[in-house]
Amino acid sequence: MLEINGLHARVAQGAEILKGISLSVGKGEVHAIMGPNGSGKSTLAGVLAGRERFEVTAGSVTLDGADLLALTPEERAVRGVFLGFQYPVEIPGITNAYFLRTALNSVRRARGQSELDAMEFLVLLKQKAKLMEMDPSFLNRSVNEGFSGGEKKRNEILQMAVLEPRLAILDETDSGLDIDALKVVAAGVNALRSPERSVILVTHYQRLLDHIVPDRIHVLAGGRMVKSGGRELALELEAQGYGWIDAHAGGA
Amino acid sequence: MSAEDNKALSELTEKEYGYGFVTDIEQESLPPGLSEDVVRWISRKKGEPEWLLEWRLQSYRHWLTLTEPHWARANYPAIDYQAISYFAAPKAKTDGPKSLDEVDPELLKTYEKLGIPLQERAALAGIAVDAVFDSVSVATTYKGKLAELGIIFCSFSEAVREHPELVRRYLGTVVPRTDNFYAALNSAVFSDGSFVYVPKGVRCPMELSTYFRINASGTGQFERTLIVADEGAQVSYLEGCTAPKRDENQLHAAVVELVAMAEAKIKYSTVQNWYPGDKDGRGGIFNFVTKRGLCAGRRAHISWTQVETGSAITWKYPSVVLKGDESVGEFYSVAVAANCQQADTGTKMVHIGRNTRSTIVSKGISAGRGQNTYRGLVKVGRKADNARNHSQCDSLLMGSKCGAHTFPVIEVSNTSAVVEHEATTSRISEDQLFYCRQRGIPQEEAVALIVNGFCKSVFKELPMEFAVEAQKLLQVSLEGSVG
Ligand SMILES: Nc1ncnc2c1ncn2[C@@H]1O[C@H](COP(=O)(O)OP(=O)(O)OP(=O)(O)O)[C@@H](O)[C@H]1O
Ligand SMILES: [Mg+2]
Repeated sequence: MLEINGLHARVAQGAEILKGISLSVGKGEVHAIMGPNGSGKSTLAGVLAGRERFEVTAGSVTLDGADLLALTPEERAVRGVFLGFQYPVEIPGITNAYFLRTALNSVRRARGQSELDAMEFLVLLKQKAKLMEMDPSFLNRSVNEGFSGGEKKRNEILQMAVLEPRLAILDETDSGLDIDALKVVAAGVNALRSPERSVILVTHYQRLLDHIVPDRIHVLAGGRMVKSGGRELALELEAQGYGWIDAHAGGA
Repeated sequence: MSAEDNKALSELTEKEYGYGFVTDIEQESLPPGLSEDVVRWISRKKGEPEWLLEWRLQSYRHWLTLTEPHWARANYPAIDYQAISYFAAPKAKTDGPKSLDEVDPELLKTYEKLGIPLQERAALAGIAVDAVFDSVSVATTYKGKLAELGIIFCSFSEAVREHPELVRRYLGTVVPRTDNFYAALNSAVFSDGSFVYVPKGVRCPMELSTYFRINASGTGQFERTLIVADEGAQVSYLEGCTAPKRDENQLHAAVVELVAMAEAKIKYSTVQNWYPGDKDGRGGIFNFVTKRGLCAGRRAHISWTQVETGSAITWKYPSVVLKGDESVGEFYSVAVAANCQQADTGTKMVHIGRNTRSTIVSKGISAGRGQNTYRGLVKVGRKADNARNHSQCDSLLMGSKCGAHTFPVIEVSNTSAVVEHEATTSRISEDQLFYCRQRGIPQEEAVALIVNGFCKSVFKELPMEFAVEAQKLLQVSLEGSVG
């Protein structure tokens, strides 16, 4: 479904951050990406979602065969790309509910589907919020404003649950979550799993992978994919850190 | 900001003005020029009593001694006051239309185009409308229904004819005819406007609304609004404004006076969308307006809400004089300066009585080459024990060529006063925009969404229908403006 080939990217006019990434994520698969701080995980996520501060200098990305890099961020969203932000953004004065309805109706309109009216949407939203064990009062608060770190992450998953993406890229959604919240978030992701949907999980912690069992694990270091493997790779990393990877990668 | 954002920004901030049509109608207007004869002509035309003519003439003579103020942060060529026509009216068979049936159908069509219901049966439930076309009021709806409650809502000219004692008692008591250059000019040549009187203890059951429309070219519009809420009365009043697109600048110098007696409440909302000029700054309305309210009695309450999206230059400071003990003054403002617009606006809160409170919330949005200035005065007099003021002035910048300026002045002569002022300046961040777009919200809608959020605390003060209209207007004047 998602094919990344020889992808190079940099901050516009800056140093190269991604130095040739290739990755293939099939339908229904969950892939985890791990790697040291600053290795380029968020950059990769940002490039996939169309963040304009990054410039792709070589390589290709296709989603269901279509050139993803040619699309605007909102067009990618319409095709089902969802990015759970490592640092969710605050939008003062706009309620969570209003924001999400605007988002959902924007993609529905773009897909030629009918828009949901306020009542229909509220029913849907309440149901999803319940699934995420989120207090309904969050729906009427401004987007992420004054939310705790963990609440912001949970809110990202609520948005994902409402938008039902085909490709969800979750950038450290597990960081800052307490054990209970981690389980709720994992349940939210697992509920979305289907043969039609794929997930990329960026994480530093093995414990998330206890709850969301990935098909593949990749290690990103210095802007390159230095290792890929099955579940056992996560355990190895947990035990040994990234030192041995760097050695493997020949000091990438 | 990326190149793409920049392109979207300029495309959208240069969006066309949607109300720029001209109504083809037979006009009766004075040739350009201003003199005592012109003042007399206007007064005679309106069949005014001697005292009002005298008032006008004194205003005119005082005006001659004044010079145009230029302390505002606005650049414009000198106005030639002899080149302006001081009266224009749709030609009517008789003195004025007695009912809607007598109103020129072309005029009714104009208001239809503007989305303003003049036909009573088609009118939005609960809104009584007075429509002022160029210099005269053409129709006031729901008059009968309001009269049953003793509420007077009519054109200013009619009020002079039918309720001269009320007009005489209150005219110029809040904004003296000597107040400033434009107020003096208005006092000399004002042609029409709206008058509202709500008797003791009556709550006006519907929104009262006036739509101002400039149509004729080469004319100035000088309307005068006077609203009096007697003891314990309540009224909510809305005004909206549009004008055709013309290459010339047109002068609009209105005066609005509000009087709230003890326990009375007046809520005055404006959605100002005069033609702002084109993207290069050609044409547009000079909106030089004096608005002031007097809280005359104990626990009186006056609230101004304004959404200023139009005009080439806006110069207005809706103010409240808090004379009654425990009276309350509020000012909620959204002002947009896009393209080459210049907005210099704010408020004055003058605390005179004890335990008086005032709130100021100002949201300035600058885009394109727009310049937005907040200018405010909070004054606490010697006897105003326990006066409280809270001011919040926020500026939002879009693009790199615009500007935001804040000049808050605080003068306190009573040590028990608590005056707080907060100010912020921000830009729509790339992070916010990307966040919205990642969720599927197209760029221009994302900008509108973020701006609406920024203006939220002001919009929530507007009556429902107007809040929706204001949001749309904001979107039209700004869509896609990014910082
Ligand atoms: N806008 C930018 N300007 C300059 N450098 C940047 C920018 N964005 C990312 N970088 C650099 O690119 C590298 C990769 O950053 P990235 O955020 O992708 O790392 P990460 O793998 O997500 O790290 P973490 O685990 O800490 O989240 C870092 O060295 C970072 O400083
Ligand atoms: Mg990261």
